[in-house]
Amino acid sequence: MKRREFLTIPAHALGGTLLYTLAREPFRLAAQTAQKSDTVRVPLRFFTEQEARVVAAACERIFPSDATGPGATEAGVAIYIDRQLAGPYGRDKYRYTEGPWLETYPEHGYQSKENPRETYRTGLRDLGANFADLPADEQNKKLAAMEKTHFFALLRTHTIEGMFCDPMHGGNANMIGWQLIGYPGPRMSYHDEIEKHYGQDYRVKPASLEQIAGRPGDPWENEKG
Amino acid sequence: MKNLKPVDVAIVGGGFTGLAMAKEISTRTSLHVVVLERGAPRDTSAYGKSMDEVDGFLRYRMMQNPADETLTHRHSVKDASVPVRQYGSFLPGTGVGGTGEHWGGMSFRFPREQFTLRTHLAEKHGAAKLPGDLNVQDWGVTYEDLEPHYWYAEQMIGVSGKAGNLQGKLIDGGNIFEAPRAQEYSNPPMKKPYISALFEQGAKKLGYHPYPVPGATLSRSYKNPDGVVRPGCAYCGYCERYGCMIGAKAQPTNTLLPVVKKQKNVELRTNSWVRRIVHKDGRATGVQYTDANGEEYFQPANIVVVGTFTLNNVRLLLLSKIGTPYDPATRKGSLGRNLTHQVQGPTRVYFEKPLNLFMGAGGLGYRISDFEAAHNIPESENLYCLGAINCTAVGAHPIASFGEIPQGAAKSNWGSDWKKAALEWNDRVSGPSMAGEHLAYRQNYYDLDPNFTDKFGDPLIRFTLDWTDHEFRQREFAAKICTEIARAMGGKTDPPRPNRARYNTINYQSTHIQGGAIMGSSPETSVVNRYSQHWDLPNLWVVGASAFPQNASGNPTLTALALTYMAADALINRYVKHPEKLV
Repeated sequence: MKRREFLTIPAHALGGTLLYTLAREPFRLAAQTAQKSDTVRVPLRFFTEQEARVVAAACERIFPSDATGPGATEAGVAIYIDRQLAGPYGRDKYRYTEGPWLETYPEHGYQSKENPRETYRTGLRDLGANFADLPADEQNKKLAAMEKTHFFALLRTHTIEGMFCDPMHGGNANMIGWQLIGYPGPRMSYHDEIEKHYGQDYRVKPASLEQIAGRPGDPWENEKG
Repeated sequence: MKNLKPVDVAIVGGGFTGLAMAKEISTRTSLHVVVLERGAPRDTSAYGKSMDEVDGFLRYRMMQNPADETLTHRHSVKDASVPVRQYGSFLPGTGVGGTGEHWGGMSFRFPREQFTLRTHLAEKHGAAKLPGDLNVQDWGVTYEDLEPHYWYAEQMIGVSGKAGNLQGKLIDGGNIFEAPRAQEYSNPPMKKPYISALFEQGAKKLGYHPYPVPGATLSRSYKNPDGVVRPGCAYCGYCERYGCMIGAKAQPTNTLLPVVKKQKNVELRTNSWVRRIVHKDGRATGVQYTDANGEEYFQPANIVVVGTFTLNNVRLLLLSKIGTPYDPATRKGSLGRNLTHQVQGPTRVYFEKPLNLFMGAGGLGYRISDFEAAHNIPESENLYCLGAINCTAVGAHPIASFGEIPQGAAKSNWGSDWKKAALEWNDRVSGPSMAGEHLAYRQNYYDLDPNFTDKFGDPLIRFTLDWTDHEFRQREFAAKICTEIARAMGGKTDPPRPNRARYNTINYQSTHIQGGAIMGSSPETSVVNRYSQHWDLPNLWVVGASAFPQNASGNPTLTALALTYMAADALINRYVKHPEKLV
């Protein structure tokens, strides 16, 4: 049996509460109940712990936690990516994967055999096992050197997805990404709002799909078979 | 192969056109109808928990699985074709309701000139002056023929809009360029979000004639003539690529299916993948299909109706060897000709103020038709058509809309600098877009791919398709108009960039795929007659956007339905009594 792998994250880093100033500048309240020393151990579905640390560090460089607000670490983006890769998407269940694999024009998009899992495995190896321990500017240099690769394109796309996805997918922890951009979540109705607020932010406290639908969602990555 | 008990009518496809046909035949005759849908039954109660951008919008959970069947594409006959391995430029649906479950609901009638486009262009420019590779044709039906069927379809789906031409009387605030409507829309227009208000003011300032997009998303609760009731739209913004969780958006499952379900003479058979239309001596004898367990069946039928998505309508005819495949070299053969998509031209506009773009509906927005059907195009542009200019409010989602920033606002597309710019511009980018007409050309067509197959080993359909100079110039002229409107709306645009890129299968354009089994007045150049009856096999009917000889700017669903209703009338009132060629 496969050894269970976990990503260990400081609890105060994951999620948080954002408030908005009138100038649309978010600031974060101090960590809620968690003590600085507390950690959260999230079970991994696809990555090894070492790989997850590399992914988390790379995503943090793509969408950093900085003066403009929280980033990939607080949102738990690495956990989102881990689950996507473990699910049908990661193994190309819904992609046409019959050969021959022909050289063609860029207008035909990604035409290679490698599935997202394989792309990550290779890409993470290229970043190096010690990537997470490098200083930020060295990490940036390494990523910049692979900007043109398919792996980087996936990593960047998945980072944005993990920032702003519904929390049922493992990212956007505590809806911190939605708070950052003022997205209210999948609301049932704006019937009484859509002709108001012309030119003004309408920013309500976000709600997740589970909160809105009153029942757990059915994330595709959980599909078996 | 298991032989089944014969039925009167076998309908292939359980989406809008297939179910519309099933409803008309089953309620107006005593014929026994079987609808064969290759996808699964639909649980519309699951739509409420499907309001999820990752699975719905980005991973295409409602769409046909490309691993089962996709298409291939090449730019010209000189190129090798490759499969569309993951969808991009358009999104065919699957399951009961088909693409009609995840559409947006915009419901335009086509301009009168569209139906006689060849004649119209020849009169305007001189027949001899039209380019040799233009395959544009007249439809064999006129707007006047279709008007009552348009109205019937509009009532069924409950279009919300404002007439601009009521029996010849032009009405300010509606589309004054449209052909006369006999009736006002069943429901008043949808609400007006901020971005629509900006567009309306901006377009008016420039002397254009903006009007609210007619949408099948319902501005109020509505009972259609079949007694089916749907609630008014909540503007939640989860329309396109989703099923409507409250059922305000017209979908086959909340308009036609409730009626069809009550009819004892219709059976809807799901997971039934029709692979061939079987025919003998100039008549269809039934269909051959495979069920979810791989079991094969022959369903004999007196009448066969093919009402699937455009791609599969054409592919089924090709696989069944019905009709002569089109050859672009000789221009002979009618099956597969006149493949058209849509010429899109979005303009990104940056606004000072937030837009609250997450509110919206698939059928929501404002539009100008001042340049549709070649109205008002300066002669110096040398364009045969352009299209409409939309400014829609279909509901923005946080992932897909993130990172739209002005040119030069960040040095890279990741990192602190980029994040800052992306956050600054978030919810402040929208703007007008051309929904362009796409002319038919000799070189754009469908056939079967010689190399790639579906999960059964049947050849995939192949697109040979590329943009021409005309489409590039359509985009360039539209960009000029859109930029003018953008300024009048108070927004800023990026400096213009020439975009002469070839057709790509990655970026979403629209799910408006037309042609291949086109309608016309001659069996030499069309597959079906004006009643959607096959020229060679009188008991075979092929309905849908596969019949459009070329693309009009308007979204195709309403016209596909109108043609289906015209076909249904002919089939029920004439063909059933005298089963022969109607033309």
